[in-house]
Amino acid sequence: MVLPTNLKHIASASEHAEILKDHENVMVCCGRMGPMCLPVYDIMGELQEEYKHVEFRDMAFDNPEAGVIRNIPEAGSFMGLPFTVYYKNGKVVAATSSIQTKEQVKEILDREF
Amino acid sequence: MSENYFDSIIIGGGAAGLTAGIYLARGKASVLILDTGTIGGQMVLTHQIANYPGVEESSGYQLSMTMKKQAESFGCAIKSNIQIKNLSLVDEIKEVELSDNSIFRSKTIILASGGRSRMLNISGEKKFKGRGISYCATCDGDFFQDKEIIVVGGGNSALEEAVSLTKYASKVTILHEFDHFQAFEHAVEEARSNPKIDFIMKSHLTEFIGDQKLEGVKYKNLSTGEISAKNIDGVFIFIGYEANTEMFRDSELKLNKWNEVPTNDMMETNIDGVYAAGDLRQKRVRQVTTAVADGTIAAVGALGYIYGA
Ligand SMILES: Cc1cc2nc3c(=O)[nH]c(=O)nc-3n(C[C@H](O)[C@H](O)[C@H](O)COP(=O)(O)OP(=O)(O)OC[C@H]3O[C@@H](n4cnc5c(N)ncnc54)[C@H](O)[C@@H]3O)c2cc1C
Repeated sequence: MVLPTNLKHIASASEHAEILKDHENVMVCCGRMGPMCLPVYDIMGELQEEYKHVEFRDMAFDNPEAGVIRNIPEAGSFMGLPFTVYYKNGKVVAATSSIQTKEQVKEILDREF
Repeated sequence: MSENYFDSIIIGGGAAGLTAGIYLARGKASVLILDTGTIGGQMVLTHQIANYPGVEESSGYQLSMTMKKQAESFGCAIKSNIQIKNLSLVDEIKEVELSDNSIFRSKTIILASGGRSRMLNISGEKKFKGRGISYCATCDGDFFQDKEIIVVGGGNSALEEAVSLTKYASKVTILHEFDHFQAFEHAVEEARSNPKIDFIMKSHLTEFIGDQKLEGVKYKNLSTGEISAKNIDGVFIFIGYEANTEMFRDSELKLNKWNEVPTNDMMETNIDGVYAAGDLRQKRVRQVTTAVADGTIAAVGALGYIYGA
């Protein structure tokens, strides 16, 4: 189960683990095709060119395997889609809930990666 | 002319801006559409649009992507997720400077920056966005299964969304500043007859309270001044819209007391060569259909201005 976006997708927990193992900087946006999620996918699509050292992926929130994101402690208080998680060397370094602006996303990318 | 010169620059790529772009580009004008966010504007925030004639039912996202494709196919250049740093509207050649210091010039400008949901702007609102505070019932409703929530507002959106949230929440309290609602009678009736909904009238929320997530609110009774506290799991805010005109507030562009842009029937503003279209205009009906109509009229006016007709 993957989202019909122009981003690269993560379809399973094992794929998620593999991407974190193979890449130092990873941003994953876990959501649906809803109004709060689409702008974040759009921003990620645009930033791919500028942040070539970061892997940008999405994952369908309703995919049972998305538990790898839904259940992280950092998302314990999240009650708004999408859940966006930033990983450095496989560890969560930032996570946000709900819609974000390009400036907010860039601020985290610049700070963490 | 340089590659940074256009016959028309359109500020805002929602329904109004994209339509203006389509008409201008089909009229052989060179067009640049600039948008601080995602192309599509409020259409992207709309799950289902069922009242756009000729399209039986579409997600707002699909409709906006079709409009964007049309604009691009006629030759519009489009830049999204940009920030405008400076804007000069009065000279014959208009100038727009972006935050990356690039400068674009044009003969005409169409202002189509639309509107956005109003925020309450009270303590805790930013901190708890996505952690109990939401502006989209269809997006986040299922996080509130069997929980108690407040819906703030008294218009059609607030009442309709409150009813839809009763699918999930155990109890929904509608909190509104007046003693009556500004919604259609059927929406009020539906909310009033729903056993899961109750009401706090003539009150304002004053504070959001919590640690990692929203745990409660304080609200003030506007008749007595009394402040009360209430434990709550979620708050959905639907208190209307405001025009995205901050950028023009210190410019020569005339705004009304609600910061909307007044225009004449041809969408002309008080500045020569500057047109306004869509939800940022002073008008009563804000819909995709009216934004598209405004965009069309503004583009036709701008074409006349460009070609000296
Ligand atoms: C939840 C919701 C449901 C709705 N449902 C319906 C419906 O069913 N049917 C219907 O007809 N209408 C509906 N509407 C209303 C309709 O979406 C709007 O009236 C219409 O989309 C307005 O279009 P616009 O182009 O004027 O403005 P917007 O859609 O607001 O577009 C303005 C664009 O300008 C950009 N912008 C803002 N500031 C700047 C800046 N400083 N510089 C550059 N760009 C800027 C924004 O990012 C945005 O993309 C709904 C609206 C909402 C919010």
